[in-house]
Amino acid sequence: MIVFVARRVAAGLALVVVIATTTFALMGLTGSDPARQIVGQTATKEQVAAKSAELGLDQPMVERYWHWLTDAVQGNLGTSWFSGESVTDSLANRLPVTLSIVLAALLLSAVLSTLLGVAAAVRRGALDQLVQLLAVVGFAVPSFLVALVLAVVIGVDLGWLPATGYIPLADSASGWLKSITLPALSLAVGAIAATAQQVRGSMVDVLRADYVRTLRARGISERSLLFRHALRNAAPAALTVLALQFIGLVGGAVVVEKVFGLNGIGSQATSAGSQGDTPVVMGVVVVMVAIVVVVNIALDVAYGWLNPKVRVG
Amino acid sequence: MTLPQSEADLTAVATATPVRAGLVRRLLRNPVAVACLVILAVITLASVFAPLLTSQDPARSSLTETLAPAGGKHLLGGDGVGRDVLARLLYGGRTSLLGALIAVSVALVIGVPAGLVAGYYRRWFDAVGSWLANLLMAVPAIVVLLVVMSAIGQNTYVGMAVFGVLLSPGVFRLIRASVISVREELYVDAARVSGLTDGRIVRRHILPVVQAPTIIQAAQMLGLAIVIQSGLEFLGLGSASEASWGSMLNDAFANIYTKPILLLWPGAALALTVAAFCLLGNALRDALDASANTTRRSRRTTRKRKPTAARTVAQETPGTDTDSDSDSDSGTGTGTGTGSGTETRAGSEAASPTDSAPETGTNPQATSTPTPGPNNGPRSGTDTATAGSEPHTGPDSTPQPDAGPDARTISTADAGTKSVADTGPDAEQQPRTDSRPDAGTATGTGTETGSMAGARPGSRTATDALLVLDGLTVSYPAAGGEKTVVDGVSLTVRRGEVLGLVGESGSGKSQTAFAVLGLLPPEAQVSTGRLVFEGTDLARLGRAEMNRLRGRRIAYVPQEPMSNLDPSFRIGSQLVEPVRRHLGLSRAAAKAKTLGLLERVGIADPERVFASYPHQISGGMAQRVLIAGAVSCDPDLLIADEPTTALDVTVQAEVLDLMRSLQRERNMGMVLVTHDFGVVADICDRVSVMQTGAVVESAPASELFAAPQHPYTRMLLASTLEDAEPRPAPGRTPATTTAGSTNTAHQEGRA
Repeated sequence: MIVFVARRVAAGLALVVVIATTTFALMGLTGSDPARQIVGQTATKEQVAAKSAELGLDQPMVERYWHWLTDAVQGNLGTSWFSGESVTDSLANRLPVTLSIVLAALLLSAVLSTLLGVAAAVRRGALDQLVQLLAVVGFAVPSFLVALVLAVVIGVDLGWLPATGYIPLADSASGWLKSITLPALSLAVGAIAATAQQVRGSMVDVLRADYVRTLRARGISERSLLFRHALRNAAPAALTVLALQFIGLVGGAVVVEKVFGLNGIGSQATSAGSQGDTPVVMGVVVVMVAIVVVVNIALDVAYGWLNPKVRVG
Repeated sequence: MTLPQSEADLTAVATATPVRAGLVRRLLRNPVAVACLVILAVITLASVFAPLLTSQDPARSSLTETLAPAGGKHLLGGDGVGRDVLARLLYGGRTSLLGALIAVSVALVIGVPAGLVAGYYRRWFDAVGSWLANLLMAVPAIVVLLVVMSAIGQNTYVGMAVFGVLLSPGVFRLIRASVISVREELYVDAARVSGLTDGRIVRRHILPVVQAPTIIQAAQMLGLAIVIQSGLEFLGLGSASEASWGSMLNDAFANIYTKPILLLWPGAALALTVAAFCLLGNALRDALDASANTTRRSRRTTRKRKPTAARTVAQETPGTDTDSDSDSDSGTGTGTGTGSGTETRAGSEAASPTDSAPETGTNPQATSTPTPGPNNGPRSGTDTATAGSEPHTGPDSTPQPDAGPDARTISTADAGTKSVADTGPDAEQQPRTDSRPDAGTATGTGTETGSMAGARPGSRTATDALLVLDGLTVSYPAAGGEKTVVDGVSLTVRRGEVLGLVGESGSGKSQTAFAVLGLLPPEAQVSTGRLVFEGTDLARLGRAEMNRLRGRRIAYVPQEPMSNLDPSFRIGSQLVEPVRRHLGLSRAAAKAKTLGLLERVGIADPERVFASYPHQISGGMAQRVLIAGAVSCDPDLLIADEPTTALDVTVQAEVLDLMRSLQRERNMGMVLVTHDFGVVADICDRVSVMQTGAVVESAPASELFAAPQHPYTRMLLASTLEDAEPRPAPGRTPATTTAGSTNTAHQEGRA
């Protein structure tokens, strides 16, 4: 198990480095002259050159990258070219927002897809068809569209939950919960639909398995049969899908944050991306990929824990 | 932003079959598919002919038209900066569809060749390709696109091309999986051996297989690309000059408080288009599955699970199917096809009733071909015709591939004849009768109940019966009506008695056993005249009450040990759970009891097995564990479904000895389902022989071996090994030895 986790961590680190390198190369090779953009069109050549030197842009790219990498390993992601703010600090301020909605969405997806999938597999009939329908709707309606509708209907028309803004957990637990409910829900719809479909399929298969019949023959309770035995065996396949869904979920956060006016990493990515603010873009990319990697390792560990063939030889 | 495909979809699609002409027709018969095609056609045409449909310029804004109401010059009103909503909607369709096409083309151009090469040649290219694919799939697409668009520039189509690169791993993995599954096929080997070049093999054999799943995936990727593209445009990334649904949503978002209706049009267009692509992909997959089913391809599909539609039944030629498990496989392998032509057959039988016996097909495998519903009719029809033309084949005749309805008719006719003789002066002395109701009617004597009470005249009476089953009928819904797999079966088991339930695969013996346990699948339709266990009417018990009885008083030992243990739980916890529930023991007491049981069933190291997972122990050990589990709550009745079939021969004898000693020790009643007369000779007190869902003969074991009455019984006995010494049957009535001397050939060893 330790070897298994160590491998996943190593692969995750490799992924972060590869992505960071690619991003750096892309930004460096194709970006227009950032110094000129920062100082403005009216600035003199000397001013541009000075700015260039100040940002270290006059050095060769490989050297700049090495510089960035050694700093990054120590937790220093540089300073924004435009605001002069420390990238590490601004990311740290925004991280709780994004993490809140993304993890809440993951939790929602896991719980709701399990309930829906199990119910569909056991009850079949109308409920089953509803889950199938949800799978199509969840695929066809992008999360930001769900977010827009939720914001208008529940946030504005009904006024049940705030349509914009984020309240830190430290300020008010209930306020925090209210402020992330709609964003998390809109993010989760797609993942719920896809995962519920998988839970349903696996459950249908498992419930047909011989050992379920044998367990029934031993007279164990229906609840234990469904939620202890059948679900446990159906869970690994569902986790695989959930892990894949989570990647899309992090991407979705970028758009959903805009709808709900949340100052998370996603909205920072949008603004820094359009400005060409390389240090911020680098920081955002690294953090987002890191979130994906960490959560996926956690889901892998859960997978291993659920599947004794992975855990014990 | 959902991801393209789940693992399950991937494997399901990867093993699909090539496109053929029937596919399109089948697709067009599906109303959902037609609706999707119509919607997509309308949207495409509307986008292409946008200039003809509206005279408005989608880019021209006018301050006076800001948020103009619908109607008049602007059919759908004006947007936040006074542009015509309808024009933007129509022209926006162009952007969406064209962008999606670009993305999917790029994905295919990269993914298909890479997948072909990686799947066909494997080696380093496969390793590198798979690594890259995993890498690309682990990155959120939107983040990559943000970076690329800020680096390269704001152009929707460039962004979509990059998104195509991000989609390509999905195509790569699909193609690779398809190619790997095909290249293992014999016909590809044959092509290679016959000297075809790789290029020709790929073109002739591999591309056709890959085609269909790729089309399905392309449909889904088109939908996905439209979703991602609209997300980017909503963020304000992409070509600013071009109208698009995403930028319309962006505008609607800006005016969400003043004119929320602006959301409706682009939102609906987006959702409708993507849903149409998605449903079209699903419909295509269903059509593929259906065509794979009806063309009855012999290529075995390896798919594991599939979220939609019926699964493909792997067609196997008659005789290759192992006869051990098909009748426990509910509903599919029952072989009681309702064929036409029974009448012709019965007619020929009537003409020569005496010679009919061996006709039933001596091979136990004969009826085990799992034939999916639709194919049943025509097949058994042909068989009947052939068989009807030559009814006088000898005992060694080749087995009929499908002995379904024909066999029934013979046995009825024949049993009828016999019953006339049997039910002569003293029915009590002739315990062996046909218990099928219609046989009784044929002879005009109702002897079936007599067979129960009269099995051992004088020794016992029906009052000490542990289990009484009367007139059990089990049927399953099938294409074109119902398929009856158990037809009027009656059984009695007394305390301390072992009843053998014998018959070939598909004779309904496992179904009978499951019916007693109440473990038939929900789609089974069960009716019983009487199902009484120790005075309790089981048919009337509710689910919870039946659950309390199962495991506690009626226990079950399955056939296949490895698939009957929950792979995710340690053996100990699986055994302890029912013990605690039924007997109310503490955790420690239950563990102690379980360890004792494991020792009792002959497991040398109970502690280790207790802490093991099922995949860590052998099949024989697993069967011992299952037996321990079955007897853990001291049941009164044990139902064992071919408990030794799946085991090695040496282990078989040990397990059988164990079951016999447990049965004696606890004085349990036992129903032993088997197709093996060796097992019957070993352990059973009485035997009921089942054929195509009905009990054709019931007798004490000794008598059955000594003088089998029903032709089917004789045939089954004759088909067991003839050259082996009979296993001694200790403690049996003297008749056994008599039988041994006169009828050796009939009771030999194991099949």
